[in-house]
Amino acid sequence: MPETLTKFIFGRLTLESLPLHEPIVVGTFIVVALGGLALLGAVTYFKLWGYLWREWFTSVDHKKIGVMYMVLGLVMLLRGFSDAIMMRLQQAIAFNGSEGYLNAHHYDQIFTAHGVIMIFFVAMPFVTGLMNFVVPLQIGARDVSFPFLNNFSFWMTVGGAILVMASLFVGEFARTGWLAYPPLSGINYSPDVGVDYYIWALQVAGVGTTLSGINLICTIIKMRAPGMTMMRMPVFTWTSLCTNVLIVASFPVLTAVLTLLALDRYVGTNFFTNDFGGNPMMYVNLIWIWGHPEVYILILPLFGVFSEVTSTFSGKRLFGYTSMVYATVVITILSYLVWLHHFFTMGSGASVNSFFGITTMIISIPTGAKMFNWLFTMYRGRIRFELPMMWTVAFMLTFVVGGMTGVLLAVPPADFVLHNSLFLIAHFHNVIIGGVLFGLFAGIAYWWPKAFGFRLDPFWGKVSFWCWVLGFWFAFMPLYILGLMGVTRRMRVFDDPSLQIWFVIAAFGAVLIACGIAAFLVQIFVSIRKRAELVDVTGDPWDGRTLEWSTSSPPPAYNFAFTPIIRDNDAWWDMKKAGYRRPLSGFKPIHMPKNTGTGVILAVFSVALGFGLIWYMWWLAALSFVSLIATAIGHTFNYHRDFDIPAAEVAQTEEARTALLVAEGARA
Amino acid sequence: MASTAITADTAAVFHLEEEHAHAEGGSTMLGFWLYLMSDCLIFAMLFAAFGVLGGNYAAGPAPKDLFDLGLVAVNTTMLLLSSITYGFAMLTMDKGRVGATQGWLAVTMLFGLAFLSIELSEFAHMIHEGATPQRSAFLSSFFTLVGTHGLHVTFGIVWMVTLMVQVARHGLIEANRRRLMCLSMFWHFLDVVWIGVFTFVYLMGTLR
Repeated sequence: MPETLTKFIFGRLTLESLPLHEPIVVGTFIVVALGGLALLGAVTYFKLWGYLWREWFTSVDHKKIGVMYMVLGLVMLLRGFSDAIMMRLQQAIAFNGSEGYLNAHHYDQIFTAHGVIMIFFVAMPFVTGLMNFVVPLQIGARDVSFPFLNNFSFWMTVGGAILVMASLFVGEFARTGWLAYPPLSGINYSPDVGVDYYIWALQVAGVGTTLSGINLICTIIKMRAPGMTMMRMPVFTWTSLCTNVLIVASFPVLTAVLTLLALDRYVGTNFFTNDFGGNPMMYVNLIWIWGHPEVYILILPLFGVFSEVTSTFSGKRLFGYTSMVYATVVITILSYLVWLHHFFTMGSGASVNSFFGITTMIISIPTGAKMFNWLFTMYRGRIRFELPMMWTVAFMLTFVVGGMTGVLLAVPPADFVLHNSLFLIAHFHNVIIGGVLFGLFAGIAYWWPKAFGFRLDPFWGKVSFWCWVLGFWFAFMPLYILGLMGVTRRMRVFDDPSLQIWFVIAAFGAVLIACGIAAFLVQIFVSIRKRAELVDVTGDPWDGRTLEWSTSSPPPAYNFAFTPIIRDNDAWWDMKKAGYRRPLSGFKPIHMPKNTGTGVILAVFSVALGFGLIWYMWWLAALSFVSLIATAIGHTFNYHRDFDIPAAEVAQTEEARTALLVAEGARA
Repeated sequence: MASTAITADTAAVFHLEEEHAHAEGGSTMLGFWLYLMSDCLIFAMLFAAFGVLGGNYAAGPAPKDLFDLGLVAVNTTMLLLSSITYGFAMLTMDKGRVGATQGWLAVTMLFGLAFLSIELSEFAHMIHEGATPQRSAFLSSFFTLVGTHGLHVTFGIVWMVTLMVQVARHGLIEANRRRLMCLSMFWHFLDVVWIGVFTFVYLMGTLR
């Protein structure tokens, strides 16, 4: 009887599920637990819980939500990178009969977790955070269209991240590779909880991502300041719009395909099984119909960042604004027509492969147009090589190589040789690190002063920059060579000792990247310490061109005391040139949304629901599902979600800024 | 445009003097449309799965052995009628008649419940015959597509009850009208999806 009771309460969760036999995991757990306890202790000691809850966790302010997304991305970057450097070390030493230090069970989880975390919980939060913070400021809006939904989306993303992190210490993660192809991910070959963690983590986070996509599309379509026509939008806003269209038009596909996989695993249906008429290749098709747009979801916003940075630091209007917009739109559309290039070897025949090979090559045309636009923007400009511009130049040099190897892979016969080889791994790291990550660092360095009112320390930024750039080349060029020699991905041990040197070089590159990450953290720490020195009171430290630089740094809760009127596509540049004076009186009360804790509560129930489903604790799943629905319905009974910031408070905030500007002797 | 901006027109206006309030809920309809389209994509995937797997009977029962087109026709009628009555609810809402709106919503809900009951009895009958979702890929995709639609209808009914309580409490205020409008779009959307299900799954399935 007690046994059935335990089974009812804990499902398949037993003490054996805890990976106590894995010393590496136990060590990690101890470090994380101590660090976590220290953090919680510090927050309690400094009595910060109330502050964090009121000012951050429940906040519906798009700027704060944006910053929280960035923090989430940074934390998860550390986890994802730990996985990366563990793999590099394993591959560098597993030669000449050595098994390395990771057993197969653990190693397979690591490469799966690395991919899942880097894409879903590092790149996505970073990109979403940047868009959340910048877009409303660039279009002269006071918040997003649905502020509560924004907070809810963020917490759902956190919920997904929590489930992935939980899998490290409770049970295990998937051992299937980051896209969990069946039949390997089916219940017969992966009977454990790993794939279930994968499914529910992505489902919970996916809800957040889809809703945040809808939210930002509405914001850009509906909330632009008067005068900002579509063709006067800053390029970052344009690329954000296209990105969010891609999100809304692709994440439901992921939701659907993961639901079908879950049905196969939980109910015993036969979508992707090998018998009873199931079709595993349908999974591969469906998931790449989401997966290919996903890579453009990651890169497009960064193309926007590079456009803003290049034109700001060249002191020139962006070359070919219109062609930049059209190139972005064309990439958006084409990204849906190339998914099959991920599995040319499926055997779909020459005609199908040719079609997808050609569409893939065509994508390089609008991307090339963008590259030339940036180069022509720099041409005869007064270029200032500040940190964001350095990242941009590094991006151009690095990304072009990744683009060319991509076109090479788009040739089906070449792909037959290189499919699933390290050449492919080198290619997509080349575009994701060289494009997405370099862009994020450019964006962070560029908009940090806007978010916090002081610049990032340039010295440590440069240290981080050089470590990252050199580290990238050391880590991934050897993989191109190994791939051309036929080494496949996801290998744990090697027979051929002549390959070892390349893996050692790659591991050295990973160590350099580790230094780059460390230098980035030091940079943030040092900048906070030296914030008085690095302070910027003008709100416009880079002599910027777009609207976000017209307000103070950090911007007030309401962003703009008066809604700006836009007359040109570099709105702030136009205002500066036309002799703009900050209004000093006549302030009106401003209508703003109220904070709410519902988003956090809903996300907590979602995590509990996911956890219950993963461990077959059906009571927990049912209870949290009912609570989830009840809380959501309860929330709709609250009709009073807004308040007014009184005119006096606006006047006070603006006067404080005026006083600062006068003290600084800057233009007031 | 740019040239006029650069001439130092001191009278240039850079901001609105009056508070520029975006109408409350001004983005809601667009946002809800976008949500519906994302939901539509989920259905598109389920239709695609049915398209690929719909003929894989795995030596099990085929549509001809399972579908009772007469019953499905009755069921379809229920859902179509519920769309019409929801339309009446919206018309009375526009006239501001609370009681009539509630009445039509209740009628809509009854049709919705009738639809669900017929669907569930059909499912029960099939499962009883041994045509379970596990039996073949055809049945897996059938149950998932039709079941997902049924779940949406269930959710719509829960939503309708919620809105009827809220209308009873606050009357047809602006926020409630907006919510009824969203549910209206949701309800008609499910009708459109059902037309697809009826055509591709039931009619064409029986021809197969």
